[in-house]
Amino acid sequence: MSDVVIRVENLWKEYRLGAISHASMKKDLESWWAKVRGKEDPNALIGATYRSFPSSSPTPLHPSPAPDRFWALKDISFEVKQGDVLGIVGRNGAGKSTLLKILSKVTTPTRGNVKIRGRIASLLEVGTGFHPELTGRENVFLNGAILGMSKQEIRQKFDEIVDFAEIENFIDTPVKRYSSGMYVRLAFGVAAHLEPEILILDEVLAVGDASFQKKCLGKMEDVGKQGRTVLFVSHNLSAVSNLCMRCAMLDGGVLAHYGDTEDVLNKYIDQAIETKGEVAWRSPELMPGDDVVRLSGVKIQSEGKVTVTPRIDKEIEIIVEYVNLSPGKKLCVSIHLNDKNDNCVFASGNLPGAAFVPDRWGGVPHPKGTYSTTCRIPGNFLNNALYRVSVFLISDVTTIHFRIKDIITFDVQDMTERDYLGDIIGAVRPALQWSTDAR
Amino acid sequence: MNDTAISEHDPANDEQWTEVIRPVSGWFDLHLADLWRYRDLIMLFVRRDFVAVYKQTVLGPFWYLIQPILSTMIYTVIFGKVAKIPTDGVPAPLFYMAGITVWNYFNGCLIRTSSTFVGNAGIFGKVYFPRLAVPVSVIISGLISFGIQLALFFGYLLFYAIRGAAVIPHPLMLLAIPLLVLQISLLGLGFGIIVSSLTTKYRDFSYLVGFGMQLWMYATPIVYPLSQVPKEWLWVTALNPMTPVVELFRYAFLGAGSINTGQIMTSAVATVVILFVGIILFSRVEKSFMDTV
Repeated sequence: MSDVVIRVENLWKEYRLGAISHASMKKDLESWWAKVRGKEDPNALIGATYRSFPSSSPTPLHPSPAPDRFWALKDISFEVKQGDVLGIVGRNGAGKSTLLKILSKVTTPTRGNVKIRGRIASLLEVGTGFHPELTGRENVFLNGAILGMSKQEIRQKFDEIVDFAEIENFIDTPVKRYSSGMYVRLAFGVAAHLEPEILILDEVLAVGDASFQKKCLGKMEDVGKQGRTVLFVSHNLSAVSNLCMRCAMLDGGVLAHYGDTEDVLNKYIDQAIETKGEVAWRSPELMPGDDVVRLSGVKIQSEGKVTVTPRIDKEIEIIVEYVNLSPGKKLCVSIHLNDKNDNCVFASGNLPGAAFVPDRWGGVPHPKGTYSTTCRIPGNFLNNALYRVSVFLISDVTTIHFRIKDIITFDVQDMTERDYLGDIIGAVRPALQWSTDAR
Repeated sequence: MNDTAISEHDPANDEQWTEVIRPVSGWFDLHLADLWRYRDLIMLFVRRDFVAVYKQTVLGPFWYLIQPILSTMIYTVIFGKVAKIPTDGVPAPLFYMAGITVWNYFNGCLIRTSSTFVGNAGIFGKVYFPRLAVPVSVIISGLISFGIQLALFFGYLLFYAIRGAAVIPHPLMLLAIPLLVLQISLLGLGFGIIVSSLTTKYRDFSYLVGFGMQLWMYATPIVYPLSQVPKEWLWVTALNPMTPVVELFRYAFLGAGSINTGQIMTSAVATVVILFVGIILFSRVEKSFMDTV
């Protein structure tokens, strides 16, 4: 396989937990002193066999790290071929950053190795090494050199970089006087003009305004089309699905999935976010509410199953189940949908006249029994963002029997094909009808 | 694990890899050739250090002159006039200025390289380049300030020579000055990177270094000539690799000083050993320090 440019073989990385404090020097000295006197190490872990692994031994099946250590990466193996744009996804703490740090030689693996063919440049942050007192021009050279460019290369690309960053007039001003937008544009400009055979990118798209983001993504697409290999870590699934052909998903330090982007992303979405899509109470005494009515459960469904990561183009159902204990009450259910900053996006209820289609049980006298009310939020209405649902149960229009804030949180996912890949602002993102007539 | 993630291993292809990232192994995995490839970066660091330090100061590079002038004045008063320490027949200000010039450079090299890891953790955590580029650039930018202070020293020398003071430079010894400067650089670099490697784990060393350097200065013939050291204490100065450096410097320019070939050799060997230990320790630490810093 001559076209493999990165080969990761059985990669393990161990970290020590907690701070390495001043106490560690005391302990180290104690251990050393004990050794000098031929005594037993007072700090040795009882039964610790971990340290005795010879580093050249084949990977043990279940190595357990010492108690104050943990494995950030466990036996990761994969290959990247020439010209591949590989997306790396995973939750926070899944090991993405550790993997990138090893690939960019910022840290070393504990076991295993990575073989690389070609010049590699990594961009774990934009503007690494920018010095506030230096001018834009000086920083372009410094940052370029830090990223591995020679002076000659930077000089050739200098005009292009300045053009790209749109800061011709300020190139000889110290960067501390730049606006944050200018700073980021210049920094990304340098990075975008790196020409390594392999490029490693970490979340750098989360910078700048919408139009600049678009420019950056466009530049990245170009890089991919030039046949260079790109490793791209991002939480922006839309960008990953548009830019990457293949995807690796890490989960708890393990390579959970590897393959076509769409397959991997679907698996990722299924298990991505640790919020509860369903809340239910078994015994009536635990249910929130009062003598009149109690809440027995709330869940969110999309495409027929409970999920906290509905797709943006699919209908979302919020289902509220409640038990009516006193016959004849005129009950109605209301929900508030808040965004992650607790701004109310909308409030809605099944009172007659408030619902789109009148609800058979909305605000009418309820006999004793269990009821299930569904609120349907159409597809292509919410934005790809985090939303929280608060549930209310009301009788006689004004009496609130329970109110539970943020009982369910869900995160709308956008994997649709679109031209513009940056975030679209707004609490909602309804698909509206547009038309233009040529006159 | 997915089977499609990796193909069958073909050992025949192993030579084609341009780079293999491995766990930290052996102590002698130094990659010094990398340093040469990044020479542009070293020079840009030098420029950055020089330009950035005195931006937004009124006096700018004049600060390089003010510090030795004031130190010389204070030493002249305290050690010359109050303590009445003889200066081998050389005018006191000239004697102190010579010592201060040499010591400032050594002190600067050591102190500034000693914070390499802790001070650059931000950059080091984000991008790879040979970490030695930073201390090496510090040494080179230190040469600039050393050059300025050396010029100041020449000014003093000229002033006293015109006034007829008994200073006789040794032309032959002057030829050895570049070697002397190289030795100071390497010694400062060696000690500095040893300290910086240790501070990644134990911050205690960063507190120790500032005050340790002050003590070290008094163990070096800066404010007194070697000829005044009592016999029973000579072994201390003999252990100090900076002693012959300072004495040789003064001997070359001022014609006063105690030269001992054995000490010079010991000092040169010590420099090489310290530098070597420093580079090995540094190369070891640079690969894993991001996990401990």
